[in-house]
Amino acid sequence: MTGLPVGLLSLVTFLPALGAVVLSLVPRRHATALRGGALGISLATFALSLPLHLRFDGDSPDFQFDEALRWLPSLGADYHIGIDGISLLLVLLTTFLTPIALASAWQAIEESTKEFVIAMLVLETGMLGVFVALDLFLFFVFWEAMLIPMYFIIGVWGGANRVYAAIKFVLYTMVGSALMLVAILAFYFQHGAATGVYTFDVPTLGRYVVAPGVGQNLLFLAFALAFAIKVPLFPFHTWLPDAHVEAPTAGSVILAGVLLKMGTYGFLRFCLPLFPDATITFGPLIFALAVIGIVYGAWVSTVQPDLKKLVAYSSVSHLGFVMLGLFTLTQAGLVGGVIQMVNHGLSTGALFLMVGMIYERRHTRLIADFGGLWSVIPAFSALFLLVCLSSLGLPGLNGFVGEFLVLVGTFQINGWLAAVATTGIIFAAVYLLWMYQRVAFGTIRHEANRHLRDLSPREWAVLVPIVIMIIWIGVYPQTFTGKTEATIQALIAQVESKASVAHKKITPPTTVAEAERSREPSGTGHPRVKPVAAPSLP
Amino acid sequence: MILAPPIQLGALMPTLIVLVAGLLVLVLDLLPPRRSKAHLGGVALAGLVAALLAAIAQWGRGARAFRDMVLLDDYALFLHVVICYAAALAVLLSIDYLRRDGIESGEYYALVLMSTSGMLLLASAGDLLVVFLGIELMSLPLYVLAGLFKTRLAAGEASMKYFLLGVFATTFLLYGTALIFGATGATNLDRIAAAARPGDALITVGLGLLLVGFGFKISSVPFHMWAPDVYEGAPTSITAFIATGSKAAALGALLRVLAVALRAVQPDWTVILWAVAAVTMTVGNVVAIAQSNLKRMLAYSSVAHVGYMLVGLVAGGVPGAGAVLYYLLAYTFTTTGAFGVILMLVERTGEEAVDVRDYAGLARRHPLLAATLSLFLLSLIGIPPLAGFVGKFYLFGSAVRAGYLWLTVVGVLNSAIAAYYYLRVIVYMYMREPDTTAARLAPTFAGSLALAIAAVGIVLLGLVPAPFVDLAQAAVAPLMR
Repeated sequence: MTGLPVGLLSLVTFLPALGAVVLSLVPRRHATALRGGALGISLATFALSLPLHLRFDGDSPDFQFDEALRWLPSLGADYHIGIDGISLLLVLLTTFLTPIALASAWQAIEESTKEFVIAMLVLETGMLGVFVALDLFLFFVFWEAMLIPMYFIIGVWGGANRVYAAIKFVLYTMVGSALMLVAILAFYFQHGAATGVYTFDVPTLGRYVVAPGVGQNLLFLAFALAFAIKVPLFPFHTWLPDAHVEAPTAGSVILAGVLLKMGTYGFLRFCLPLFPDATITFGPLIFALAVIGIVYGAWVSTVQPDLKKLVAYSSVSHLGFVMLGLFTLTQAGLVGGVIQMVNHGLSTGALFLMVGMIYERRHTRLIADFGGLWSVIPAFSALFLLVCLSSLGLPGLNGFVGEFLVLVGTFQINGWLAAVATTGIIFAAVYLLWMYQRVAFGTIRHEANRHLRDLSPREWAVLVPIVIMIIWIGVYPQTFTGKTEATIQALIAQVESKASVAHKKITPPTTVAEAERSREPSGTGHPRVKPVAAPSLP
Repeated sequence: MILAPPIQLGALMPTLIVLVAGLLVLVLDLLPPRRSKAHLGGVALAGLVAALLAAIAQWGRGARAFRDMVLLDDYALFLHVVICYAAALAVLLSIDYLRRDGIESGEYYALVLMSTSGMLLLASAGDLLVVFLGIELMSLPLYVLAGLFKTRLAAGEASMKYFLLGVFATTFLLYGTALIFGATGATNLDRIAAAARPGDALITVGLGLLLVGFGFKISSVPFHMWAPDVYEGAPTSITAFIATGSKAAALGALLRVLAVALRAVQPDWTVILWAVAAVTMTVGNVVAIAQSNLKRMLAYSSVAHVGYMLVGLVAGGVPGAGAVLYYLLAYTFTTTGAFGVILMLVERTGEEAVDVRDYAGLARRHPLLAATLSLFLLSLIGIPPLAGFVGKFYLFGSAVRAGYLWLTVVGVLNSAIAAYYYLRVIVYMYMREPDTTAARLAPTFAGSLALAIAAVGIVLLGLVPAPFVDLAQAAVAPLMR
């Protein structure tokens, strides 16, 4: 198709790692060349990933751009990759955010630049691999391998408490994935014994119906624990504030923007289709944890004195929305959840970037150290406001689309659940706007703030692409949702058809989703969005 | 009338090559040049490579000799390859290390080669008496080598402890052999298998005694007490050799004895090994957390790795045993590599840098060496795509397949615990500032070559494991009839 010996998707996945190998040969004294080289490689990866979107057939729920090579024939593990409408968006998110993160670190990372850019590029390959792998063994390889570069990024270039944060991050993830490994093996042998085909191939395994009951529940729980830690779902979130706060800005952007999505993606790719009965059985538990996370994350954010901690806890709240949407198993909820994954990557990524920029100027992140920034650095403040509004879900910006769809889906399941979750949006407005007010408005309380410089051209270049995407998704989400709907319909159908009869009675009927689709020819069920309101605040 | 068995030296070829090389080293040691003994290291290396090639050439052409007392089947040959690699890497690491620490001598290489020949014999033992012979031939030189630093207190302790406990262990082994002989009238593994009846008290007690004896040699809990002291006191190259070669040989022999001779009482030894595996993994890993001396930490970590391999033994069958063989290969490269890096670092005082604090900021001063040690440590944790990960995947996979789900859960949780102490070394190397007493590098060509071989080995075994796993499984298949 591409005329190359390897497929386009493999090229996108491995180009960063290849680039890292090349950069490892560059002497470390050429720091600028190393930075530029890494940025160039990540931009090239992004450019290569665009045809994935353009040529992706949104009407087909099938895996596209798939490639398969024999790897471990005796085990049934192959190099099999491909993308559907869900992974497409996450692949694009990854290739989009990596160059931004690298550019943001242009000045912030001065020590061991070489190791840093290599770690970032290896990390990109690891993340892309997680999203494109269609073989459980391959998935697990990428899932574990990606830990190490992130461990180094936090541990070497992080803040004062970086070592603690890095080790905590790795150990939490490893405990979760250890049990997932057992579940992968158990599932593999169960499938093999039942069908005679020993394989780790995800599409093949997806056609197998695990007998409902304790066995399926345990498999589900083992997978779910690994993913819940990654998301992070309350109460497995305690690694996140440490890791996010201690990581360097570029690390926080990638961590919040992409890494957390690996958890929600895992739920979508494995838990839902492979263990449908358990998904429905444990749905209420997940709902409860998600809603607790939404409200708790928002409350804790409100009282944070540190900007970065505030943003970190807000992730717990936002990811709660994603989880809520996914487990509604409704078209609106799932589309909302998927688009909310992308939104969170953009908004929270941007928030971390801007917190990093202000930190580079003032070397403090305490809200109390700022105030009155609007009069000193208006451009920064305006963009910061836009990003905050996007994060709190202002109509016309991206956050609204995702949260609204998730709430629509949740309402179809349980009105009270939706009501409690909605308070999370209100609290988001509280903690973000209150924080913004204390940072940007009022009088200048600290002399050091009087002579800050506004955004540099490099910082503009870092932020503008994200802002464009924030508005694009807010105004015309169809560009992205259009590619996922067929996949999500197929996913829901798969879950419904595989779930046992006993469960079908209590699940929301497919007809609700279908009825909604027939009302809304555009398919997403999202309402007409209002034009962007001019920011006017007290 | 007793007929003398026909002499078939072909089945002993690799063992004899190594033995002859050892004798050659002894003779050459008397000739000039007297100053340097590096050329003797070269001779030892040549002998080991020749034995390795002989073993590979023999592949697929099983040979039995001396009334089935020595079996040179593919299983033995696979172990031969592992042992020869372990010995060759140890010799490569030794050459400059011995000179640096002033213990260079010709006997060193001769003893290493003799011990290696014992390991090779052990790996191809088809009779409990040959098992005993092999273990003694393997261990006696190691007792001497462990105490090579004659002036150091720790070396004396290491040698003495290793000797006393080792002799004690072989006594158990001999007694177990006697009881099994009493029950079955045979010491040959196949004939024991034919005569053994489950429920025979003599066999059960004999099995227990054999497990005690082997338990010492592979340092499984509760017979691991000697390991940290010996690993600490012995020259680091010998530590690496004890941790890899002697373990591979003893574990290989144990697997053969259990799977072939004591097949009838498999439920008995499975239950025992289940518990031993779980305890060994847990104790090894938990105690390793508390170690700040890297050699002691790796000693406990090697105890834990024996625990993982015992999981494969419990799982049994071709997948379990094949996974053990593959793991031995991966583990040999990884552990030798890790000890090799330790061996290359010296403190300002000239002492070896074994404290984790000596590694502070190593990445700044010696980025390549730090990266290499990280690679070995990551493989020991089991991070893909390195050999350690694939090995664990096969081991735990075989256990899940055989239905030992809880043992697997213990195993994988242990891997997560282990990540903590391995990563701590990486923390020191990459995330701490170097202090004034930090270690410096004593680079050597031979040592670097050994590290390069080990590093390439674990990456290759990790990325392309299929052929090696297939070979390992093919090698164990005839044992599992």
